[in-house]
Amino acid sequence: MTTVGVIVFPGTNCELDAVSAVQTAGGSAELIWHGEKDLGDVDAVVVPGGFAHGDYLRSGAIARFSPIMDSVARFAADGGPVLGICNGFQVLAEAGLVPGALQKNAGLKFMCQPVKLRVESTSNVVGAQYELGQELMIPINHFEGNYTVGPETLRELVDNDQVFLRYVENPNGSVSSIAGVSNRAGNVVGLMPHPERASNALLGSADGLPMFASLLVSSLVAS
Amino acid sequence: MRFAVQVEITPREGISDPEGQTIERALPVLGFEGVSRVSTGKLITFEVEADDADAASTIVDDMCQRFLSNPVIEDASAKISDVAVVG
Repeated sequence: MTTVGVIVFPGTNCELDAVSAVQTAGGSAELIWHGEKDLGDVDAVVVPGGFAHGDYLRSGAIARFSPIMDSVARFAADGGPVLGICNGFQVLAEAGLVPGALQKNAGLKFMCQPVKLRVESTSNVVGAQYELGQELMIPINHFEGNYTVGPETLRELVDNDQVFLRYVENPNGSVSSIAGVSNRAGNVVGLMPHPERASNALLGSADGLPMFASLLVSSLVAS
Repeated sequence: MRFAVQVEITPREGISDPEGQTIERALPVLGFEGVSRVSTGKLITFEVEADDADAASTIVDDMCQRFLSNPVIEDASAKISDVAVVG
């Protein structure tokens, strides 16, 4: 069975939801403590949400130096599928595995609400099971989700089809309403919304589940 | 030698500073008129051991680039001074 490694930093708090979503999508998942040096034999990696290392200095700034991150970076460089959700996105951005940075929401409010998203690209490891332009309802839960890149990087993101999701109504001031991006190769994706919290109709939406299903399929292709 | 360091982290030019903007909007409510260009940042202070001021500056620049600031959204500037050795 395909196994997804779910990274746990001190302060991570969405790891069990991520495990549950992976299992609902038909995979198995194991928690990996940030102090480990090696991912071991996993087929994909999820960096879940929370407040890694208390979000001190900047969100993700300290987590990127956790011992496990070298192994995550090597896994990503070898084409392994990696998904960073919310704080996990901030960690991947600080680590330079996806472009850009996340700063405080434009309204300076912590936001916790379902938002409508539009799929802008299906050519990454979590987008393959959506249709271009498809609208998804998935919750956000963040204070620092305001995606920021300079104009040149933004142009590159658009030209290389790296913009995965956009907010239909921009809730936090993100550049170009971007909610999720991939690296150039498409095997590393970061997004602020929480697909694991929209992975079952009982939660109000299962629109996030195809990301985990796609991640499992991608991991088979990558290995 | 020991050096005292003050690193100031501020939002890059052109990067929005929602905290600064909110403070700027709040000031007139309290009667403080005519305030503009409010900006917020972080101050990090520490001491560091180095051979001389140039070496200290090199170390601090490296810290700022790799850790203390995120160059995508922030600028860092450092002030470095000798720590007086107290007998």
